Amino acid sequence: MTTTTPSAPTRARPYRGTKVRRQRVRAAWTFLAPMLVALALVAGWPLLRTFYFSLTDGTLSTLGDASFIGLENYLVYDDGAWYGLLTDPMWWRSVWNTLFFAVVSVSLEVVFGVIVALILNVEFRGRMLVRAAVLIPWAIPTIVSAKMWAWMLNDQFGIINHLLMTLGIIDAPIAWTASATYSMWAVILVDVWKTIPFVALLALAALQMLPKDCYEAAEVDGIHPVRVFFKVTLPLITPALMVAVIFRLLDALRVFDVIYVLTSNASSTMTMSIYARQQLVEFQDVGYGSAASTLLFLIIALATVAYLYLGRNRLQLGGD
Amino acid sequence: MSKQSLITAIALGTAALAGGGQALAADLTISCGAVGVELELCEQGVNQWEEQTGHSVDIVSTPNSSTERLSLYQQILSANSSDIDVLQIDVVWPGLLANHLLDLGETLGEDAAAGHFPAIVENNTVDGRLVAMPWFTDAGVLYYRKDLLEEYGFEPPETWEELTAIAREIQAGEQAAGDRIWGYVFQGRAYEGLTCNALEWVASHGGGTIVDAEGNLTVNNADAASALDLAASWIGDITPEGVLNYTEEEARGLFQSGNAVFMRNWPYAWSLAQGEESEVRGRVGVVKLPHGEGGNSAATLGGWNLAVSRYSENPELAADLVAFLTGEAEQKRRAIEGSYNPTLERLYADEEVLAAVPFFGTLYDTFANAVARPSAATGESYGRVSNAFFDTTHSVLSGEMSATDALPQLEGQLRRLERRWK
Repeated sequence: MTTTTPSAPTRARPYRGTKVRRQRVRAAWTFLAPMLVALALVAGWPLLRTFYFSLTDGTLSTLGDASFIGLENYLVYDDGAWYGLLTDPMWWRSVWNTLFFAVVSVSLEVVFGVIVALILNVEFRGRMLVRAAVLIPWAIPTIVSAKMWAWMLNDQFGIINHLLMTLGIIDAPIAWTASATYSMWAVILVDVWKTIPFVALLALAALQMLPKDCYEAAEVDGIHPVRVFFKVTLPLITPALMVAVIFRLLDALRVFDVIYVLTSNASSTMTMSIYARQQLVEFQDVGYGSAASTLLFLIIALATVAYLYLGRNRLQLGGD
Repeated sequence: MSKQSLITAIALGTAALAGGGQALAADLTISCGAVGVELELCEQGVNQWEEQTGHSVDIVSTPNSSTERLSLYQQILSANSSDIDVLQIDVVWPGLLANHLLDLGETLGEDAAAGHFPAIVENNTVDGRLVAMPWFTDAGVLYYRKDLLEEYGFEPPETWEELTAIAREIQAGEQAAGDRIWGYVFQGRAYEGLTCNALEWVASHGGGTIVDAEGNLTVNNADAASALDLAASWIGDITPEGVLNYTEEEARGLFQSGNAVFMRNWPYAWSLAQGEESEVRGRVGVVKLPHGEGGNSAATLGGWNLAVSRYSENPELAADLVAFLTGEAEQKRRAIEGSYNPTLERLYADEEVLAAVPFFGTLYDTFANAVARPSAATGESYGRVSNAFFDTTHSVLSGEMSATDALPQLEGQLRRLERRWK
């Protein structure tokens, strides 16, 4: 966007309203317009439509003559009891499940991603090969890798149970994807396995940009490598990690595929997206499902704003 | 491979796909299930029709989980899409999908369904329109290992308590001998199949059918609670915990590889358990499902029908294919080769059929008097009712709640839905 950024000397002069300025602004809008139109079509319009549908009683087969019912899909008082999405315990359970999944899986991914990046940052023979190999989990389509894990986690024939039993860690097979205690951890495991490469890649890119002189100075002063990591490396790669976390957080909050393949609609792992899909597709209830989708959107927006707000100071420190 | 040749290869591949797509455009598209040998049988039947008529038919296979298959159909049909002409639909769907389906009585003649079980024909008739032709019927049955029961000196169980005791003893005995075997497997994933299983437990304890024929909620009663509590007590004892994620095929996998004493499944598993690749070939028996204290054995009515989409571009041709596939010759072939229950009453007296599947004769009453799921009483809400029921059952089975706590909650949930069907 060099067209809109005035160069330093001209900034000082009063400049607003000149011909050049107007031309530049017009050029900027011309360049931006296609993107804005595309965004409005593929993001803005569906979002507005979903919000509108959440205020109707439409079903998938009667979308044409859905009638407006206000906020009844969200909350309604009828016959001495409250009904609606906000009173549905299953909805709140899926909200909790989603938040738990997002926080735990993203934290684990960042920790392991940084470790992998540190290893890949060291010079050793065959480093290029290992770097390519690390990317494989990220490259496999989620449906395929989730199906693969479903077989490995199978209670009777799965290799995970077989290994653990051979090693004597457990003495009876565990039903990883079926039991209410383990299924959440099983899906977290698969998600972490899949997305470590993504975090590792971003962290590695940041690591390779680090100035060598800090490390040389630290070495001369005889600082312990662990201290160097926490005092030099981590602060310097934090901006990159913040970006990785925001990408991952957005993904994790709307997680659907990996969980749906592994545990289907089971309530112990139901997320907001799975809940919304169930209402929209399985029950054909476009009104109620759209209400769930709208809340899902608001919760994600809220989480993102909160994260950016909390991370703002650090971003500014690290960014400039 | 250089970049240039890669691009050429992709371009060629795309051209070939596009060209092939046009050349293969078929007159009709049929969706068939793919549980067990279902897809092969469907292909063979369709091929015969193709030879007879000279038309071509594409077969698409659909998800094995009936819950997911319904979602897929509903999406295709709500979009008024002509992609699929002939649909294989579950016995609980005619009411849900009727608006999108053709009246086959009009195209095939008023007596199109003569000779089929009247109950199924009635089930498929919505507001006087015959929206689907019966293809095969289903009812839950109990498979058992004849050799093991004989070895331990047991008769097939009459009650659930007997089943529990026998399964426990054989499982302990075999495990002591170093053989990892489970007592009882069924379909426990949170999906429509669990509704079928749990309905059998509840109904056979005298606990009703969730919602009665008049649309009143009946599920919250002591018999239903004891049925579900009994089922929950199996998990981890005679049933692997993994059953909570099993559909029909996972249960069959365990039984057919010799790792289970008892299995609840549909009749289709018979021809596979007796097939050449089966580890338990010749050692399998089938009886009706056990019953609880003060109840009678109950088998959930299942089964699949063939319907023609209203948006089909070749409705008459599609109806002809349906008539062929649901006809006597085809039903007989499917009964003998795949142990799919015919819907034509006279085939249950056919000697060749009975020779291939003896229990079609001995369990005739079970098939004729199977318990229907409350799809008629709840209409468009059936999906939600079933979902609430299998979710509750699933949480009782997984030990999150006891049945006495869960059933009042379920009743509350259904109360909210009741507004929709009453």
